[in-house]
Amino acid sequence: MSERSTFRLNGREVVYEGDPLARLLDVLREAQGLTGTKEGCGEGECGSCSVLLEGAVVCSCLVPVLQVDGREVLTIEGLASDGAHGALGEVLVREGGVQCGACTPGVVVTLRALLERDPAPSRAAVREALAGNLCRCTGYEGILRAVAALVGGEESA
Amino acid sequence: MTRAFRPTDLAEALRLLADVDLGARPIAGCTDLLVSKTAVGWSPAAVVDLLRLEELRGVRREGERIDVGAAVTFAELRADPLVRQHLPILAEAAATVGAWQVQNRATLGGNLANASPAGDSLPVLAALGAELQLATADGERRVAYDDFHLAYRRTALLPGELIVRVRLPVPAPDAVGAFKKVGTRAASAISKVVVAFAARAGGGVLREVRLAAGSVAPTPLRLRAAERVLEGSAPDATAADAASSAARGAVQPIDDVRSTAAYREWVLGRVVRRMVLEVGEARTRAGTAAG
Amino acid sequence: MREPYTMRGPPVPFLLASPMTPLPESDTPAPLGNATAPASGSVGARPTRPDGAGKVDGSAVYVDDLAVEGAWHGATLRSERPRARFTLDTSALTDREVVCLTAADVPGTNRIALIADDWPVLADGEARHVGEALALVAAPTRAEARAAVAELRVAYEDLPAEVDLDDALAGSARELAACAVEHGDVVSGLAQAAHVLEATYETAHQEHAYIEPQGMIAVPHDDGSVEVIGSLQCPYYVHHALVALLGCEAEGVRVRQAVTGGGFGGKEDYPDMIAAHAVLLAARAGRPVKVIYDRREDMLATTRRHPSRVRHKTGVDADGKLLAVEIEVLLDGGAYTTLSPVVLSRAVLHAAGPYACPNVRIRGRVLATNTATNGAFRGFGAPQSQFAAERQMDRVAREVGVDPLTIRERNAYRPGDVTPTGQVLGASTSAHACLAEAERRTGFRERWKALEGERAAARDDGRPRGGIGLSLCWHGVGFTGNGERRMDSPVAVRLAPGGRLVVLAASTDIGQGTQTVLAQIAAEAAGVPFEAVALAPADTAVVPDSGPTVASRTVMVVGGILARAAAELARRVREHAPGESFAAAADAWLAERGELEVVERYADDGTVFDEATYRGDAYAVHGWGADVVEVSVDPDTLVTRAERATLVCDVGKAIHPLLCAGQVEGGSLQAFGWGHLEAARLRDGRLEQDSFSTYTIPTSLDAPAMETVLLEHPGGSGPLGAKGVGEIPMDGGAPALLAAIENAVGISAARIPATPEVLFEARERGASDE
Ligand SMILES: Cc1cc2nc3c(=O)[nH]c(=O)nc-3n(C[C@H](O)[C@H](O)[C@H](O)COP(=O)(O)OP(=O)(O)OC[C@H]3O[C@@H](n4cnc5c(N)ncnc54)[C@H](O)[C@@H]3O)c2cc1C
Ligand code: FES
Ligand code: FES
Repeated sequence: MSERSTFRLNGREVVYEGDPLARLLDVLREAQGLTGTKEGCGEGECGSCSVLLEGAVVCSCLVPVLQVDGREVLTIEGLASDGAHGALGEVLVREGGVQCGACTPGVVVTLRALLERDPAPSRAAVREALAGNLCRCTGYEGILRAVAALVGGEESA
Repeated sequence: MTRAFRPTDLAEALRLLADVDLGARPIAGCTDLLVSKTAVGWSPAAVVDLLRLEELRGVRREGERIDVGAAVTFAELRADPLVRQHLPILAEAAATVGAWQVQNRATLGGNLANASPAGDSLPVLAALGAELQLATADGERRVAYDDFHLAYRRTALLPGELIVRVRLPVPAPDAVGAFKKVGTRAASAISKVVVAFAARAGGGVLREVRLAAGSVAPTPLRLRAAERVLEGSAPDATAADAASSAARGAVQPIDDVRSTAAYREWVLGRVVRRMVLEVGEARTRAGTAAG
Repeated sequence: MREPYTMRGPPVPFLLASPMTPLPESDTPAPLGNATAPASGSVGARPTRPDGAGKVDGSAVYVDDLAVEGAWHGATLRSERPRARFTLDTSALTDREVVCLTAADVPGTNRIALIADDWPVLADGEARHVGEALALVAAPTRAEARAAVAELRVAYEDLPAEVDLDDALAGSARELAACAVEHGDVVSGLAQAAHVLEATYETAHQEHAYIEPQGMIAVPHDDGSVEVIGSLQCPYYVHHALVALLGCEAEGVRVRQAVTGGGFGGKEDYPDMIAAHAVLLAARAGRPVKVIYDRREDMLATTRRHPSRVRHKTGVDADGKLLAVEIEVLLDGGAYTTLSPVVLSRAVLHAAGPYACPNVRIRGRVLATNTATNGAFRGFGAPQSQFAAERQMDRVAREVGVDPLTIRERNAYRPGDVTPTGQVLGASTSAHACLAEAERRTGFRERWKALEGERAAARDDGRPRGGIGLSLCWHGVGFTGNGERRMDSPVAVRLAPGGRLVVLAASTDIGQGTQTVLAQIAAEAAGVPFEAVALAPADTAVVPDSGPTVASRTVMVVGGILARAAAELARRVREHAPGESFAAAADAWLAERGELEVVERYADDGTVFDEATYRGDAYAVHGWGADVVEVSVDPDTLVTRAERATLVCDVGKAIHPLLCAGQVEGGSLQAFGWGHLEAARLRDGRLEQDSFSTYTIPTSLDAPAMETVLLEHPGGSGPLGAKGVGEIPMDGGAPALLAAIENAVGISAARIPATPEVLFEARERGASDE
């Protein structure tokens, strides 16, 4: 017997048939070929697998596919193809928010969720929002610089 | 292969869970379940998704109680106006669970049922005198939080039973409270020690004191000896020191991957002491301002 | 010479032609894209990194993202015991659609060729650490491969294990490496001293915790050759190890780097092992095999930073001027030698810190333990030995009664000073400039004194206590001693139509921005725009062996050679068609004379080092840095928050200031994590913190606000005097952080990470001035 989950993925409807406890992460990467979402830990700790589920940022390694049935999922691929991506992506690169890039898709997803809620977040708000996205390369400073540059706000601790 | 059920009403969910042959397990935010699943290859015969049950959602006021659905997430809890106004230490605790991604998924009911001694909401539920509304296909019952965690990772839940709602008394106007989590880092941290404190402080003395701690014993623990010390005392240095010693005397923490027994015991004493002193200082400040 | 490698093992059920999904831009150089820099002269500007766009939109292809037609997945059976004889029962897998390999299936000597050939590809009868590979399985899916591993049965017969330095010292004390430096007469120096201080400092294991776990794909080709694609730092290390393993010709192995999600040294040595495993499985399976570690496996099996124990005996005069230092450096090497001799050598050569002293004796040893092999990690031993040196300096300051800045000003190296190996330091020696800049930016001296006063007067009111700490460090750039001369490091520049240049070097971009800075260097040297330069992929079939991407050598050493090659190529092109634009001259050359490729190599820079006596020029040049860290410590919990850090770093010449700052910021946060957060304890030879839940690297809320100040004191052979910046940020962070904690709460911890538990114990033991 195989179980079916139907959901909207980056704006189009997809059907997954198979183990309903399959991790959304694996469904995205393997069944859907969307490898922008990364696996850094598989335990909800690193955030490199972040996606938007009904607009909320979640770790796709901790979402069984059965729970996205009837729901809307946005991955980095979906986000990167819309109009809001360009400026954020560009500023992240320009301000040193990207080094090895393993954390980056997750960071972008989280920042998009943050900017959706608060278009001009303070440095403190960005730090709090990013606490679930581990980055081992940048020391976070470049990411914070980038968001500050994007929203044009003053750097404030 | 596991079978998946996504009921939209509670009765249906309870019926599925009551079916012994089906062997179904409830799942909520999966922030505990999928971690262990990855580690050991969890594969139950069936799962019942709780996230679509209206009966488990929402925060509302019912008379002198705040009634929180078991499937309410920590992100919802920390942002909820009722919780922030009346139960600020619950909002504070919710804000310390994991990080944003986890808070968007992790539920209060999952924290309870998972029964980790480090569950951050649990000492708060103890301090606030929470009552749990549980249900099976056969009916409902209410259990005081204090009677819910029986032993290490064991709860009072019966087979097929769900936590439906968590009911918390609206604190009195003179209520005071404090929450402190000592974690492994500034965010996305599991508690080494977590403490919650609630009392009434009208007239300059502490009454109805409830003090509870996590990660210092096999279950979250009411620190009853310390509560007795504080009951009827002014929140001053003498009371703080006495409560601190009483708290330390009541726990048997362990050395583990996150901390040491010696540190845990010491820091518990320090935190309890500080909470009492800060209640005292806040009273003094308030008194000065009023006078 | 052994026979050329051919596929071994029984025929597989069905054989696919397994066409490779090509890596994007595999054989054609990547264009470097939209530069925001001035058209040329781009050294010192901030052109946009060419790999950025693919990383922010998720299209960059890392090893696990590669879909390889017909590939199977590899999984590894690992030892549960720190030391045991074992026998394997693989019968559960008979008649299954899997392949299973044990030590008996490994060709040749069953060793990974590195420095000493003692590292088995698969343990043979005796396991020497928890997590050591005992057997390999490949199966059609990852889940099946893991399930198959779980069905293998191992019978262990435990042997006495030595799991840490205490065990090793009390037991066999088997040395993996040893070295010593002797300068002047320590005995008479100590005899003249007004104060003599002795102390021992310890540092724990550190996990690299790159966010992309390790992984490798091996693809066997019909001609018997094998291709390996992976997450790696040093393609030619992997190439060397595989050629030795398979006993084949160099052409029989091709190694390509996929986009690599961080390394920090962790993908310098261990990829040899994973590549060996993948290649053996692929050969047996007759199809591509993908071996991707999950986080726990990566943490269990791959290398970590060497734990250290460093004893100092320091003699100073009444003013705190150094008269003699005697230092013993002890490193825990883990079960096998791998890179330990080089790590030790760097630890020893940096152990006295950036301070002039007439009489120095440093002895170093690496002892073997039954733990996973410790290997390369950013700083390569220098952070360990300088942690001790810096904390000892603070202790000396207290003893003499001066502040931490003054003691450093009295002792820090100046140009012309002589190091313990007898090296005369050059004009770019900038220790004093770093200190002065740090003081100017932070007002360290007055604030430190004020906070000392506040601490003495502090009431127990629960308010967080502030503290400020300072460190001064040096870091030798490039390989130690004669390493660069041995490397030779050919780097090529090739002319392409339209006046474009293609750089061919084996230096990998693992996030630090190698592609960008090498393109800048070539553009600058050739006098062409940044956009005209492209880098060839890090692929052993395409680029020459310009040496590994380690030791902060890429900009100074490889960059220096590259600059010469690019300049020479440009000179020839311009002379070919004087008066023409470069693009026109280039096209004229290509039309009239054919291809043009210029290869340059390491040029002797006159440094001389005697590896037997440890006398001479240990490094061509040094980078210098001063860190000031401000903390607040909760007196009720002893939890430390790093609030602010001012990071002054002399990089010689900042080729790309933004990327330099990125190295400083990221490296410093790793240092702070090592300093107080990343608890790593062994229990029965197993690292207890074996996941991202328990091994806690800093989050965004743990990171201090960082101000980076790049100083430019040009020196060495790098382009425009660039000295490299990859590692020095790892040196100073931890000691400055601990100094700040001491300033805040008076606890002087001699051990890192200084978690609240460590601080609590230190205070309980009375190692406190309160
Ligand atoms: C990265 C990370 C960080 C974390 N940090 C913290 C932290 O800081 N503090 C903390 O306390 N926890 C933390 N956790 C643990 C976890 O998030 C919480 O325990 C969470 O509350 C579990 O809720 P859930 O909805 O995800 O439960 P699930 O994983 O869905 O379920 C857990 C258990 O509860 C049962 N269950 C769930 N709901 C009900 C119900 N209504 N009735 C009966 N049984 C039920 C399930 O059957 C299962 O046995 C963390 C987890 C992760 C992955
Ligand atoms: S892979 Fe999901 S949080 Fe790390
Ligand atoms: S850029 Fe490498 S982990 Fe963030």
